[in-house]
Amino acid sequence: MTLRRTSLYIPGNNPGMLLNAAVYGADSIVLDLEDAVSVAEKDAARILVRNALRSISYRDVEVTVRVNSLSTPFGREDFEEIVPLAPSVLRLPKCETADDVLRAEKLIGELEEKSGVPAGSVKLIPIIESAFGASNLPEIVRSSPRVAALNFGAEDYTADLGAERTKEGRELDDIRSRIVAAARIAGIQALDSVFADVNDSEGLFEEAFRVRRLGFDGKSVIHPRQIAIVHRAFTPSEKEIEYAGRVVAAIEEAAVRKSGVVALNGRMIDAPVVAKARKVLALAEAAGVHRIEESRP
Amino acid sequence: MRSNGIGRILPESIPGMDVFRPFEKAGSGPSGPSVFQVPKREPKVLACLEEAFRKADVRDGMTISFHHHLRNGDLVVNMALDVLSGMGIRNLVLAPSALFPVHREVLRHVQSGTVRAIQGSVNGPVGRAVSEGLFDLPVILRSHGGRVRAMQAGELSVDIAVIAAPSADCMGNISGVSGPSACGSLGYAFSDACYARQVIAVTDNLVPYPAVPYSLPQTLVDWVVPVERIGDPEQIVSGTLRITRDPLRLVIAEQVARVVESSGLLRDGFSMQAGAGGISLAASDFIRERMRAARIQGSFISGGITGQSVEMLEEGLFQALLDVQSFDLAAAASLARNPAHLEMSASFYANTAAKGCVVDMLDVAVLGATQVDTDFNVNVNTESDGVLLHGIGGHMDTAAGAKMTVIVTPLLRGRMPMVVDRVLTVTTPGETVDVVVTERGVAVNPIRKDLLENLRGKGLRLLDIHDLEREAKSITGVPRSPEFGEKIVGVVEYRDGGVIDVIRQRL
Amino acid sequence: MSSKALGQAGTLESCDALVMVLLDAGKEGIVLEMDGPSLVSFEEDIRVAVSETLASLGISDAEVRLSERGALDCTLRARVEAAARRALAVLEKAGVEG
Repeated sequence: MTLRRTSLYIPGNNPGMLLNAAVYGADSIVLDLEDAVSVAEKDAARILVRNALRSISYRDVEVTVRVNSLSTPFGREDFEEIVPLAPSVLRLPKCETADDVLRAEKLIGELEEKSGVPAGSVKLIPIIESAFGASNLPEIVRSSPRVAALNFGAEDYTADLGAERTKEGRELDDIRSRIVAAARIAGIQALDSVFADVNDSEGLFEEAFRVRRLGFDGKSVIHPRQIAIVHRAFTPSEKEIEYAGRVVAAIEEAAVRKSGVVALNGRMIDAPVVAKARKVLALAEAAGVHRIEESRP
Repeated sequence: MRSNGIGRILPESIPGMDVFRPFEKAGSGPSGPSVFQVPKREPKVLACLEEAFRKADVRDGMTISFHHHLRNGDLVVNMALDVLSGMGIRNLVLAPSALFPVHREVLRHVQSGTVRAIQGSVNGPVGRAVSEGLFDLPVILRSHGGRVRAMQAGELSVDIAVIAAPSADCMGNISGVSGPSACGSLGYAFSDACYARQVIAVTDNLVPYPAVPYSLPQTLVDWVVPVERIGDPEQIVSGTLRITRDPLRLVIAEQVARVVESSGLLRDGFSMQAGAGGISLAASDFIRERMRAARIQGSFISGGITGQSVEMLEEGLFQALLDVQSFDLAAAASLARNPAHLEMSASFYANTAAKGCVVDMLDVAVLGATQVDTDFNVNVNTESDGVLLHGIGGHMDTAAGAKMTVIVTPLLRGRMPMVVDRVLTVTTPGETVDVVVTERGVAVNPIRKDLLENLRGKGLRLLDIHDLEREAKSITGVPRSPEFGEKIVGVVEYRDGGVIDVIRQRL
Repeated sequence: MSSKALGQAGTLESCDALVMVLLDAGKEGIVLEMDGPSLVSFEEDIRVAVSETLASLGISDAEVRLSERGALDCTLRARVEAAARRALAVLEKAGVEG
């Protein structure tokens, strides 16, 4: 399971930041060719990011590129330059229909073949940032096996609705829940959007904690100092870890007994509960508070 | 039998006294050799610096020392050299405890022949000129502790110490905590005053006798010269030193705190010294958080003291501050009012030939570098391009004494690797260096197997130093080595007097 | 430099390089003028980065001005390529219009 508690956005036209992107401890990095780059610099940023992918070693961090949408003049060339370098994931902005995903998938497939990248290696994370996109969630998440997660873009979504963005974010509870639900249909992750106020640590923690409780698997960040805060919000409590440990122990005990029914405290445990337990333990291990080996009897 | 000056009859001989002088009258007889100089009955306060130099019998070829507590705001070195030059004095040996960019005027005096050589420390433009071969004789670079040892051993024989004095009285009691050019501790000045043949205090704040509290007692001072200004307050102490906000440097600082915590040294009685650079201040801050969380009662912070150190003292995290140099206004103010914030001399701080020095009591030292190599040798004197630009400071002293010496550096500066195969100049030998912390990994000196064990499994990216060096090189490419000529322009003297490295002229 | 077929890319920010490529300037070969703190140690490598990148674009004659601030090799090559492509675009547009 790939952890994506934090995705650090790196402006694609900034060589200093590209060099050090993996140093800050984020689970994944997003090299941004879209909103972080002005129209006049799209070409230069594309070449810079391509070269960075080729030469810079990003160690254990998952490398993502947010390309420009194929509906823009810049999108196609982004795909053509970037896909041959085999980034782990492309983030697709302004994704509104299954077709948007399929068009991207088709182009990626061609480019993978042409450049000798193993077919299917480049994954996709569609970004839902419009009302229309939000109305097509089930189709989008099931459109392609490459879709690894669903990302929510709060800023553009709120603008599209003509709603006003508040700090508490209550106006976004509905869409957030729907994004989580859609992600679960396809068995993929749900990733929340950025918290723009870099100086408000408390606000960031509250939002990250709230979206985690809604079921999100991670959040985008725009500054290294936001990483530790979001990781803290995504660190399970002792109680959660302890319970998760008991669930996994019950599974293993049932396997030993060769029983099809897994029970804990007399109650049956369903697959989703098991999946959640494994996820909790993985988060705990990532946070350094727990080692998975220790949970085994 | 004869009578003395007061009419008392004295015997010819007195058992137990081989020879004796009869009393003549009060105030006439010599007291005998004093430890430091012949005591005077004439007033110490003189009209000008030139007169003081004459009274001090200044001649060509003498060694003149200065302290650097006024840092880049100092006006005294340039003032003194201008006076000496005007007096026609030549071929002086300059012995500053450190030099700053403001002292670029020294170069003018080198060109004119007033100054022939430097012993102690160079920086900035003077350092660059040294590298380029301006001086006939190599500059002898010494650490703070090494400088005092050399004075004590007579190897550095200071004829005249010029002491910039933020406050002084007519008998030469000197204080650093008050006056318009207040600088806090006068730790380096104290040692100069102890060993120089003649001591001249230059002050812009002559106060009524006695100047209390004083750092340097009048018993060490020959002459007092009042002047208009000894320094520029804004350049002497900074308002507040800022912790770095650069995310990369914060990563390094966080790693340092983790290393200190995991080392086993962070417990009651903990002592530390950190520089005043951005990374060091941030690292101290992270260590402070961990001390608070674990309710640890430290013993002392030593070295250059900052407002941050003062906060930790006042918070109760440490029992004492041992101050050889005050870096900011808060530190200077604290020295004046906090009983547990004490001034210490360079000798007390770092002299191997003193009866015990503070660095030997240190648990942790956090120090910077211009380069580190795969033998853990550290360079603080020359930049990657081979130009001599910095003095040693207390680096080699602190590293030798501390139980754990942590060197902090980004893995690269610009396109230059900071971890290299072989440093251009060795300042601090690898055997005294324990850990190197960069943003891309931590390397532990293999001779410290105990430390390596303690640091495993604590979330640190532990690497062999050779891997760090390779990683740096793979990112930057291999830089061309600077070219050096035959001429020796600098000698790096270890704190025990041995020559640890030489610096040659950069071509 | 005349703005005849000038392409510029990059900045003078730390770790970056500002590169100007002038094509169709009547120069033969690659004429390169450089400044920056890394030259002392990496001059040759920077020259190679410039000439190889231009060669890969089929450019053998150009005037190049490069100001680097600690840019790595991959950054230098990216900025040279971007500047050269922009210059080529100017040439192409001039060819279409002229």
